[in-house]
Amino acid sequence: MASWETDAIVLNATKYGENDAILEVFSYDHGRISAYVYGGAGKRKRALLQTGQILHLSFMSKGENQLGYFDRLETKFSIENVFDNAAGINAIGSVCALLKEALPNFQTYKHLFNATEILVRLICNQDNWAAAYVRWEVGLLADCGFGLDFEECALSGVRENLSWVSPRTGRAASYEAGLPYKDKLLVLPPFLLSSENEIKSGDIADGFALTGWFIERDLLGQAMKNMPDARARLIISLGKKGLL
Amino acid sequence: MFGTSRNNISPQLQKLIDILSKVQGLGPKSARRAVLQLLKKRDVLLAPLIDAMQAAHDEVCTCGICGNLDTSDPCAVCSNETRDHNVLCVIADVADLWAFERSGGFRGQYHVLGGLLNALDGISPSDLRIPQLIERIENGKINEVILALSATIDGQSTTHYLAEVLENKGVKVTRLSHGLPIGGELDHIDDGTLMAALKARREV
Repeated sequence: MASWETDAIVLNATKYGENDAILEVFSYDHGRISAYVYGGAGKRKRALLQTGQILHLSFMSKGENQLGYFDRLETKFSIENVFDNAAGINAIGSVCALLKEALPNFQTYKHLFNATEILVRLICNQDNWAAAYVRWEVGLLADCGFGLDFEECALSGVRENLSWVSPRTGRAASYEAGLPYKDKLLVLPPFLLSSENEIKSGDIADGFALTGWFIERDLLGQAMKNMPDARARLIISLGKKGLL
Repeated sequence: MFGTSRNNISPQLQKLIDILSKVQGLGPKSARRAVLQLLKKRDVLLAPLIDAMQAAHDEVCTCGICGNLDTSDPCAVCSNETRDHNVLCVIADVADLWAFERSGGFRGQYHVLGGLLNALDGISPSDLRIPQLIERIENGKINEVILALSATIDGQSTTHYLAEVLENKGVKVTRLSHGLPIGGELDHIDDGTLMAALKARREV
């Protein structure tokens, strides 16, 4: 009999039967996991099970191979602030879709969970979170085994003026070394090298292009999955607000 | 050991139970009970049900204008000249249309999207009746579009998407407010709803 408590981010809730739901969460201690929620489609619990909500919950199961159930669901952070914000709502949709598509079941990613919780809170409470979102995608790639290497230039070995990333290897290249191949390389925006670097116009778009390439090819492509539409809508809504 | 084994039920009945158990809200147990009740009340339940289902199968169609289900195309709502044809209420499903009609508070036109955008299930704008909505707005006399979609991530992302799509169409775009339900007691309301109600407070 398995029984534990943890914090979790709601990825998806599917109505099951008349009044119950199957809830899929990304949990701190047990990674991505699904379980039954009695009354999950009812009035009292439905609002808790919205995608992106951060909950504290307990899990019970008779055996490791059986579908368990979540109980004692409590809101740790509610995302209602984001409902008026098109970019924010698309960002949360994109985050949850990427987690659902990319993460295997039952594998723990504590660092990624903490980063996701911080990002969700940032999206709901602040306007200036686009760079944090791109950094989160870099972190997602790293935690899933497709980390990008921004330590030094893959061609010359220098550590300064890194400006490009090879779309083949994911390794950075300095401005001088990469210039002859610039049409084939992805732009490395400075804010990904250090959070202290200034974010200029076009940097966020370059960041999305960079992470998007590797997410599509490595994270989702290998599993024959598609990039979530919410991510494309996020880029459009950020563009409309002049935040790219 | 206890109860009736699957093999002891006649194939006709088992087929009926299997079909009924696929209906939303019914499982095999409820389906068995429903079948038993139907058979016990053949004249008052089973025969009228057969007739009603046959009629629904033969006569109900999807309205080519709004997506409602009715026995005529255009449906009774679209062809009703006494309704306000300048206000269009966009809803996710026919069940929402029925909810509005039950409330009796809306006398405009409807547009059923056929679902909501959902990143996790891969439902994109092309899967919904959004092109038809744009066509209606461009070719009609609509002044206001009410986005009456659910207060969920999917509902609100669809609302924002439609608001962006309709931005330059020359119509007023509004959405339903979020807040306290009628009869709702504050201490039983979830944090999110309470915060939404607080944000949307108005002077009395």
